[in-house]
Amino acid sequence: MNEPQDKSRRGFIGTAAAGVAGLGTLALAPGLHLIEVTQANPTGAPSQGASSKIRWGMLIDTAKCVTGCDVCVKACATENGINETLKDPRQGSQWIRKIDLKDPKFDRTFSLPMMCQHCAEPPCVDVCPTGASFKRADGIVLVDRHTCIGCRYCMMACPYKARSFVHQPLTEQNPEVPRGIGCVESCNFCVQRVDKGLKPACVESCPEGAMLFGDLNDKNSEIAQRIAREATTQVRADLKLNLGVRYQGI
Amino acid sequence: MKRVLVGFAAVLLLAPAVSIAGASKPTITIENPGECIAPAEEMRRNHMEMLKHQRDRTLRQGIRGESASLNGCINCHASKTTGSVTGKGGFCESCHSYAAIKLDCWDCHQPKAGKKHATAEEVKP
Amino acid sequence: MRIEQDIHNNREHETLFYILAVLGGLVTVAGLAAALYMEHNGHVVTGMNNQVVWGLPHVFAIFLIVAASGVLNVASIGSVFGKVIYKARAPLSGMLALAMLAAGLAVIMLDLGRADRLIVAMTHFNPTSVFGWNVILYPGFFAIVGIYLWTLMDRQMNPYYKAAGFAAFIWRLLLTTGTGSIFGFLVARQAYQSAMLAPMFIILSFAWGLAVFLVVQWVMFSWNEVRLNLAIRTRMKNLLGTFVAAAFYFVMIYHLTNLYFAKQAAFEHFILVSGGIFPILFWGGYVLLGTLIPLILIYHPTISKQKGAVCVAAELVLLGAFCLLYVFIIGGQVFPLDMFPGMIVSSTFYDGLIDSYIPSTPEILLSLGGFGIAFTAITVGVRVFKFMPEDDVGSLESAGHMLD
Repeated sequence: MNEPQDKSRRGFIGTAAAGVAGLGTLALAPGLHLIEVTQANPTGAPSQGASSKIRWGMLIDTAKCVTGCDVCVKACATENGINETLKDPRQGSQWIRKIDLKDPKFDRTFSLPMMCQHCAEPPCVDVCPTGASFKRADGIVLVDRHTCIGCRYCMMACPYKARSFVHQPLTEQNPEVPRGIGCVESCNFCVQRVDKGLKPACVESCPEGAMLFGDLNDKNSEIAQRIAREATTQVRADLKLNLGVRYQGI
Repeated sequence: MKRVLVGFAAVLLLAPAVSIAGASKPTITIENPGECIAPAEEMRRNHMEMLKHQRDRTLRQGIRGESASLNGCINCHASKTTGSVTGKGGFCESCHSYAAIKLDCWDCHQPKAGKKHATAEEVKP
Repeated sequence: MRIEQDIHNNREHETLFYILAVLGGLVTVAGLAAALYMEHNGHVVTGMNNQVVWGLPHVFAIFLIVAASGVLNVASIGSVFGKVIYKARAPLSGMLALAMLAAGLAVIMLDLGRADRLIVAMTHFNPTSVFGWNVILYPGFFAIVGIYLWTLMDRQMNPYYKAAGFAAFIWRLLLTTGTGSIFGFLVARQAYQSAMLAPMFIILSFAWGLAVFLVVQWVMFSWNEVRLNLAIRTRMKNLLGTFVAAAFYFVMIYHLTNLYFAKQAAFEHFILVSGGIFPILFWGGYVLLGTLIPLILIYHPTISKQKGAVCVAAELVLLGAFCLLYVFIIGGQVFPLDMFPGMIVSSTFYDGLIDSYIPSTPEILLSLGGFGIAFTAITVGVRVFKFMPEDDVGSLESAGHMLD
């Protein structure tokens, strides 16, 4: 019938319109377009991926941590797009939080940041029914939100209350940190930064330099040398989960 | 009874012809001309597999910089009017609503292009 | 006159049946609507949060699942252990098991954060996760009990009922072990982390399952105006008493052991003394109403002979079951994690604080919807299938089975 002619006419108009629109874009904002394309293909070659030769870890010196300071918490929220407000704050996501402690007998007070401890033997990974909660080769424990069904079993299993559940639809996510309704999430050592050779946002932002990030397997790294020289503790060490995060002064 | 059956059969047989003649195709707007990471026919057929396999390589193995990056798609294909690939006139939405395949990518992934995110300099106090 | 009376009764019963079925259906629909509302808006509309992650729907679901595997026990006593008077009860027991397991499973699945990802759950399997095992155990239960019912109902399959009954018995032990281990394997929380939880759940399932069976049996017999033979009644009520006492033993040992650990002292004090609603539910709900009063109703020489005493005892056992599960699941979550023993902690994430949990309307509707599913399935099922236990007392007595 008229179909083939219609198709070619429509096709021509479509292409022409697109071409004009495209030229218009280039004319209006050429720089913007180029930047967008560059971001899509940064260096050309894909990276090697996470290696088991590395084990990422963190060392936190609570002596330097200031009670009442929450710069690391705000930095995490900015970097990871945790910007939703909830009526009930107990339903809000906290990937990192400041805990204030007091020894009741001697009135000693101090504070520390608490986040996912990136255990070598993570209970959250053991209990996840779909394997969404997993440990990457380089020791980072994170949630594959493509497979998470939101059962919250990992939240029951975590000894550090590190996991949060997203209770409502989100729209203002950071494009490099996808997160959404119905899935469980937790600190992932800012994996999108680590993979670019940067440090996690909390570590980067601490004004007192209380947080140190590095490769625990590398004997020459600052963190490995400090742990070899100075006394450090793992929270709930009796559980023998072999944590990636260690503290001093608790 | 026979007439009813004949009439019914006629409607069934003619319906496809009617729909082909006045078929509405999805209105897909290509915002930025040029080449996609693969020819359009291949993209149409395989983009779901490309995205699915790459997402596992990126997420589980930490391999970054491969070509089928969802953010790469969004930055190029986002609508100039809405800035997004979803919603009215959105690139992904236009074909997917036509094919009636629900997308749940956008529950987690940011569909708006060019969203600024914090850099190392910004998070420093 | 008699005939007119009978017809009148039957018509009343017909109407009552339809009313009950429709009521059950409405409660189910309300539950499904609530689930849709929760799925669309997110769990923000519930009372659950990042501390109390499993709420009322889980309490109801776990009750239904544990009772489902327990009610199958009635059939197992017949098929596996050879007690003849229970053989007549096997088909009803199987049907109740299927209905309740389906209901419990529905509530659990509808409460998922991403219930649309059920296919993902079935195709991605983590062998160390009890929830992962359940993906095999639950469908397996449906299949095995289905086959078991088939061997009971189909004359040609009758020779295989013992094998099917044995398979069903073992499978349901695995399933309930899994349910208890969901909690038992959690090292993080003071309420759980105990190897005792798996056998405790097995014993609880015996008690709760038999209680459900007795209630349903009583309703069916009253509806059809049939009297349950006194000797059979005595045996079944004594069995319920044994199970209730055994369950009580496990719960007591669990708490007593905890009391000996200094690190558990604060938690036990919270649950048993200072936790507000939790000690009330535990002592008043589970111990008094759910254990002591039923034991009196069951074993007291005069009271136990009262009409309806056993049914009331069974209903109280079920009430106690809810109270115990509420204390166990919710109480175990509101108590904060003990990360820094001996320290007083506070944070923006409610560390160190005892949380409070108030179920919201969608959660309550979803939980009741689970009941709706079980109730509707059972009501329609007992009407459609001829599963009412028919005891041929004469032949049982003459064969000596009333005594074994």
